[in-house]
Amino acid sequence: MQNDTVKKLVRNGAIWAFILFQLVFFEVAGRWWSLSDGAFMDMDSMLLLLKQSAPIGIIAVGMTVVMINGNIDLSVGATYALAGIVMLDSMNWPFMQAMGDSAIPLAWLFALFTGCLLGLINGVIVWKTGVDAFIVTLGAMLGYRGLVFMYNGEQPTYHLNWTMVDFAEASILGLQTPAIVFLAVVLIVWLVMTRTIHGRNAYAIGDNREAAVNAGIRVGPHFVLNFVLIGFLAALSAVAFYSGSGSVNPNDGMLFELWAITAVVLGGTKLTGGRGSIIGTLGGVIAIQLLRRGLNHIGAQTETVNLVIGTILIAVLFLDRQLNRKGAEELKV
Amino acid sequence: MADTAVKSIGGVLARQGILVAFILFMVGFALWNPRFIDIDNVFGVVRSSAILGIMALGVTFVVIGGNLDLSVGSMLSFSAIVVLDLHENPAFGPALAIPAMFAMTLTLGAINGFLIGYLRLNSLIVTLGMLSAIHGLTLTYSGGQNMDIANQNETWFGVFGRGTALGIPIPVLIFVALAAVLGILLAKTPFGRKVYAVGGNPTAATFSGIPRARVVFMTYMISAFCVATAGLIQASRTMGAQNTVGQGLELEVLAAVILGGASLLGGSGTIFKTVIGVLILGFIQNGLLLAGLEFYVQFVVTWIIIILAVWLDIATKRGKLWSPIA
Amino acid sequence: MTDQTPALRLEEIVKTFPGVRALDGVSFSVMPGEVHALMGENGAGKSTLMKVLGGIYQPDEGRIYIEERETVMKGPLEAKAEGVMFIHQELSLAQELSVAENIYLGELPRKSLGRVDWGTLYSRTDAILEKLRVGFNARTLVGELSIANQQMVEIARALTVDAKAVIFDEPTASLTDAEKVVLFDVIEELKREGVGIVYISHRMEEIFKITDRISVLRDGSYRGTLNTAETNEDEITQMMIGRALDLSRNHEHLDLGPVALRVEGLSCGHLFQDATFEVREGEVLGFYGLVGAGRTEIAETLFGLRKPTAGRIFLKEEEVTISSPIEAIGMGISLVPESRKEQGLVLGMNCRDNITLPQVGDLTAGPFVSDGAEISIYDQYRDRLQIKSPSWRATVGNLSGGNQQKIVIGKWLSMRPEVLIVDEPTRGIDVGSKSEIHNLLRELAKQGYAVIVISSEMPEVLHVSDRIVAMYSGRIMREFTAEEVTEDSLIQAISGITGDAA
Repeated sequence: MQNDTVKKLVRNGAIWAFILFQLVFFEVAGRWWSLSDGAFMDMDSMLLLLKQSAPIGIIAVGMTVVMINGNIDLSVGATYALAGIVMLDSMNWPFMQAMGDSAIPLAWLFALFTGCLLGLINGVIVWKTGVDAFIVTLGAMLGYRGLVFMYNGEQPTYHLNWTMVDFAEASILGLQTPAIVFLAVVLIVWLVMTRTIHGRNAYAIGDNREAAVNAGIRVGPHFVLNFVLIGFLAALSAVAFYSGSGSVNPNDGMLFELWAITAVVLGGTKLTGGRGSIIGTLGGVIAIQLLRRGLNHIGAQTETVNLVIGTILIAVLFLDRQLNRKGAEELKV
Repeated sequence: MADTAVKSIGGVLARQGILVAFILFMVGFALWNPRFIDIDNVFGVVRSSAILGIMALGVTFVVIGGNLDLSVGSMLSFSAIVVLDLHENPAFGPALAIPAMFAMTLTLGAINGFLIGYLRLNSLIVTLGMLSAIHGLTLTYSGGQNMDIANQNETWFGVFGRGTALGIPIPVLIFVALAAVLGILLAKTPFGRKVYAVGGNPTAATFSGIPRARVVFMTYMISAFCVATAGLIQASRTMGAQNTVGQGLELEVLAAVILGGASLLGGSGTIFKTVIGVLILGFIQNGLLLAGLEFYVQFVVTWIIIILAVWLDIATKRGKLWSPIA
Repeated sequence: MTDQTPALRLEEIVKTFPGVRALDGVSFSVMPGEVHALMGENGAGKSTLMKVLGGIYQPDEGRIYIEERETVMKGPLEAKAEGVMFIHQELSLAQELSVAENIYLGELPRKSLGRVDWGTLYSRTDAILEKLRVGFNARTLVGELSIANQQMVEIARALTVDAKAVIFDEPTASLTDAEKVVLFDVIEELKREGVGIVYISHRMEEIFKITDRISVLRDGSYRGTLNTAETNEDEITQMMIGRALDLSRNHEHLDLGPVALRVEGLSCGHLFQDATFEVREGEVLGFYGLVGAGRTEIAETLFGLRKPTAGRIFLKEEEVTISSPIEAIGMGISLVPESRKEQGLVLGMNCRDNITLPQVGDLTAGPFVSDGAEISIYDQYRDRLQIKSPSWRATVGNLSGGNQQKIVIGKWLSMRPEVLIVDEPTRGIDVGSKSEIHNLLRELAKQGYAVIVISSEMPEVLHVSDRIVAMYSGRIMREFTAEEVTEDSLIQAISGITGDAA
């Protein structure tokens, strides 16, 4: 039992300890190597960090739910891009132009609907064919990206509307809109996972599918709902980001799924499902963003960041395997 | 009733059907658009399928062994960029650049093999992570610049990608030769047998004294070798490369392997069937182009193909068309 | 417990599987408030009967009555709705959820907006837990509980419904003595509530302590019911095994060679402790015991699949460490594993390739596998073992169980092992192949092989072994020679009862 409690503490606390470690490390290392004179982290940069975490962060929250189920979604990057394109392009449609600024919420709705639809397709395929989620969404990663390119070829899609930009850059207490959306999503999904029947069932299904089925839980519709959720969140992330940027490249969102999965796994969610927390994912997202900033701060190239994060992901996977072994009595297969 | 139909159709398809389906497809398309079987067109498709095909040979080993390799696309970019860069580097030149690039690419394959074979980490996540890491590595190496060979006429380097022998393009010859060698390796050697065993039932393989970790490691080395070869041809053909030349190829390669009938669960598939799968994919893409559809429609079609092929494979095995998920 | 209506009654239940008549017209009833033991050897039909009751299987013939009302239960959910709860050996709990959430899995009380009504959930759970007088509370995560307590959670589930009958399947397999006491108290409580309890177990001591009646199954048919107070262990044992043994006891005396394998004080955590035994060339050493007694785990350790925590292994009197199957095979140890489909065969491969798998690296002509050498090995063992298969190209997955097992045995025989371990040689196999394999094992002993046979079938282990090791709960209880062993003493040894004789 002692061992279990220790393991549990390590798992839940590790990500926050890692964040703390980074804050200290980069602050100190920055004194030696930094290009700038300033401190590594102050209030302003912290708020900026939250804003920059938002695109991947919002998606990572959805990924957490899907992974707790024991599934995965590799198509979120493409969904993100497609939703962003739909939002901006729709603003250019004649009847939307005629509506002026009141077209904005409608554009958002179109984008969100796109995300939900793409998620629904994935969910229904997983449910009805029984093909594993990773293959279904691996194919969708390609297929949806094809749709992205088919929409406008290799050109960026853009639409500049200052009201939209103002909205995206509005801030409350220093937090800009994307950051607010991110935190709101974290809060709401956390409540759903910890306080609602749907959320508790998600853990049950991921932990012991057979027991869940025997208890009468309907796994298929549950899966579909979660895929729609992550599709919705990918679109929401696009709405929050592109409202401010006004331009989408067809290659945008590439590898978002990898970052999201990394954040989720770093935050303590098991790859095989059944265990995980939204708060942990929040930690994972912040840790990754901090790492980016920190490496930048000490002068490392962006490419090095990819390398470091990839290495950390592998280290976490390995640790996860070690912590889950049953010890001396395990069969060496 | 749908279930019995699935069982019988699936069974037939699994055995000969992929060949039959291919022939039917070709006939059908040719009737619809005669340009399709124009001899130049056919040769063109085969030639342009060579690079993808070589990569698919390696991935076949990985998939039969029960794993995935999503890093092949970015590994291709890496190989192409590195060999071009070393070609231009006076310390290396073309003769040394090639083995040096192979060594580097094989090292990447060894990393995959170690993490997945010995540490037993999830192959999807690891190779996805490597996809990104290798991409970063490529960008760091090239400084973000594209690579080009300065004096294209003064080097023999172009023979791999542009040369012909006996009227057949060298890439196609390499593809055929490699397919023959790897096909024999897989079908006729103890190693090949062990790959099938590890993929078919890893537990039983271990219980039978097969070094599972080493076998999986070797499949990734073979995949890396194939990617290095493909990268060489790619670099040689265009005498230059962008950092993203291989982007997205991993999914097409996977689609070709799946189309050829290899099961993603491991333990089945052959080199010959993969070659057929590569050709089918090539001709489908060609057909789409000839039909006037834009390039990116291929992505959507490949998506549908992957899902249908895996669905059919799973449905055949469980005997039911629809999944029993409540 | 006199003229009440039975809580549960099964009438003339018949259940067949391909080639096997698992239940042959079994009738059985449980009264409210009684603890009714269901006993029988492995394969007698106990768990099939209970799966029929639990709604997991549908009977081919026969009727089920709940409180004398005829019922059909199409699945575990319907069974639960009818008030029949099955406490499995493998617990069906979600480790990451709390006790309360597990007890009310699928039926969490709800508030508006799909929220869980935690108040109601915890108060109801607390009430149930109090009745069971357990030491943990409703909010504890199930994963943090001991196995014994997790079992309590499963039992608590039974109390959420108006349970008419609760079926326990080997509940004390993983419990300490202290935990068993708690379990028995809970069963007393259930009795008081008027629940009818079916208790499936081999453990005589417990059966005679807590049950009111005992029913015995043998070979799929019902042999009778006795009041516990009016019978004894010997009588029950007799009912369980009392057949005209058509397989003669093994009385052969063979020339024994030197000791091939000797094991001293071998232990592996809580799986088995302090195992000491030896096998000579020319003899068959049988291992008999219940599932979970530790027999397979010892075999796995000898084959390099498990690391021992204590003890020594000697091959031909030389001490060895075996760290992997590759090493074990190199030292001449072969294991025919318990589950042929999951551990012994690659079902998608053909017969020949399966047989030659461990030695395929040696059957080469140059760099290639020699077809001829492989086929000749296949032919050799096909003839010797009488394997019935259309050709060597047939996919192993399509063969019958008996032939599949012969392929696995052939595979390991072709390695010419020093020590051959066979785990459940004839599980799920037709009678004809069964006796062929038994004869083969005796033949191998005659030829000088050192053979270890692990079995859960008494006639088999008696027929085939020269000596028998009886295991219970990870320990070797007794070793018998073929002359001195009796069915009774064997059953008692594996049920945890230490004999008078040393």
